Amino acid sequence: MKATSTSVTIVLRGRGVVGGRAEGEALVTRQTIPGWGGVNPQQGAITETRHELRGQSFKDKVLVFRGAKGSSGWSAMYHTARLAGTAPRALVFNEMTTKVALGAVVMRVPSVTDLDQDPLEVIETGDWVRVDGDLGVVEIVKKVEK
Amino acid sequence: MILTDTEKAMLDGEGGKARQKAMALLVRYAEALGAERFVDTRNVAGVPGSASPFLQNYYAGKDADGLDAIFSYFDLDSDELVEIPAALVPTYHLQGGADPRHWQTLGVKVEVFRSYQEREAFAASHDVGILKTCTPYLAGNVPAKGEHCAWMESSAVIFANSVLGARTNTEGRESTSAAMLTGKIPDWGLHRAECRYGTHRIDVQVPVESVMDWGMLGYFVGDMVQERIPVIAGPFARPEIVRLKHFGAAASSSGGVEMYHLVGVTPEAPSIEDAFGPNTPQATFVYGKAEQQRVYDQLNANASDPNVDFVMLGCPHAALDQLREAATLLAGTRVSSNCHLWIFTSRAVDAEARRLGYVKTITDAGGVVLTDTCSAFAQALPPGTKVAALDSAKQAHYLPAILGVQAWFGSTRDCIEAARTGRWSVDRP
Repeated sequence: MKATSTSVTIVLRGRGVVGGRAEGEALVTRQTIPGWGGVNPQQGAITETRHELRGQSFKDKVLVFRGAKGSSGWSAMYHTARLAGTAPRALVFNEMTTKVALGAVVMRVPSVTDLDQDPLEVIETGDWVRVDGDLGVVEIVKKVEK
Repeated sequence: MILTDTEKAMLDGEGGKARQKAMALLVRYAEALGAERFVDTRNVAGVPGSASPFLQNYYAGKDADGLDAIFSYFDLDSDELVEIPAALVPTYHLQGGADPRHWQTLGVKVEVFRSYQEREAFAASHDVGILKTCTPYLAGNVPAKGEHCAWMESSAVIFANSVLGARTNTEGRESTSAAMLTGKIPDWGLHRAECRYGTHRIDVQVPVESVMDWGMLGYFVGDMVQERIPVIAGPFARPEIVRLKHFGAAASSSGGVEMYHLVGVTPEAPSIEDAFGPNTPQATFVYGKAEQQRVYDQLNANASDPNVDFVMLGCPHAALDQLREAATLLAGTRVSSNCHLWIFTSRAVDAEARRLGYVKTITDAGGVVLTDTCSAFAQALPPGTKVAALDSAKQAHYLPAILGVQAWFGSTRDCIEAARTGRWSVDRP
């Protein structure tokens, strides 16, 4: 028999950080994400030596991550990514810091935090994710193999 | 957000368009944080109007009618070109891309150097003090205990909070430039007394004495607590400014530490009880012989070739006493013909070191004293460098990742010895 797939949708509710709506494929990391010295904004790629996403691109993804780390150049790096056309489409994260707040604002992408379930437990890389930064809602569409 | 009348007036454009854009950006930022109000600041340290070659190129030809595209579009995240007034509150420029005297040594192209000079002239013409250092606290900007600041540069932020008792979060490029025009920054995080208490305890059970020892302890602490607030207790001799500089820089590189308490030393930690306040320690970590050894091995993990091409000192920028020490170790000797020695410092410390003859001694021995930047920041090494020797845990953290070289980590004396002989001959302790 040929396998068919269907999907289930999970809804998480939290706090909008930057307004607007966007959707895309999830790129998930349990690690904090570096800025200056650990990312190449022209390529939209993580470059930090020991990072689990090293070499992967966040361009056009919904980036799901723990939080921001490293240098105070965090916002300027992701701001530059926006100019270079390599920014993610939306952010979903757990830990609020000045770095990630300012970075989300100048990237101008819908962003949500403080969700009612840990997004790192619920969302997997490859899931289709809709982010509503006005309402603070994240919808996850998971494919289910039958 | 609760805005004061002055803040509302700025947002309504009464202070001009640039101030309106700055206030709008700060409101977006404060709302993202979940802050409810602003604090006033009269101490800003950032990189206003500066530009990497990418930004120079991106905004080329977008200035119009004498208005500055980079500051308008990038610093203020404005969609409109606006006229930028002078800084409203005292503002200082942190490190930059090239040394004004030795830019060719750094391998900077002439057109890139000219653009750095133009950006510096823009900042200077807006009353920004051109300290050009990651150590503003060694170059004339020393905030007082309790003073609200808006600072970038993680090693400076941790020093201001922990050693000086001033209050700043790790701000970014856009928030510091907006603070420069408004004197406002969100009242969030380390601006608030209840957010400054310790969360984790570190028990030091091994002698921590030298600058190198303090750098290693900082690297351990950052790795253990990440962005939390460590309280460090133990029988250590009172560290002076250079040790605190290296400790903080390391802790803010291996983790994201923005504030720490050294019991009996830093101003908000006369006792362990004061340091923790109402908090119960979430965890306690012991720093003993095994942990110290592990940190040493981590910092030397990617080095195997004993032939050292390059020695870099001055991360964070060297204090006057560190240039004195380097000059003393180098007096009457020569840097090996197979090796380069670069020592980075601020313009202010460089000027005093020249007066005292330290720069001449170092130069006579074949070393170079540079200002404004560092190898990691400028992404600059002597041509052909494969193996570096460093006395800074922070630089040892970043340099191999950014420039792909091997790096040995040791004491200043180990590094100067490597510069003289071209070899790393330190036995693993």
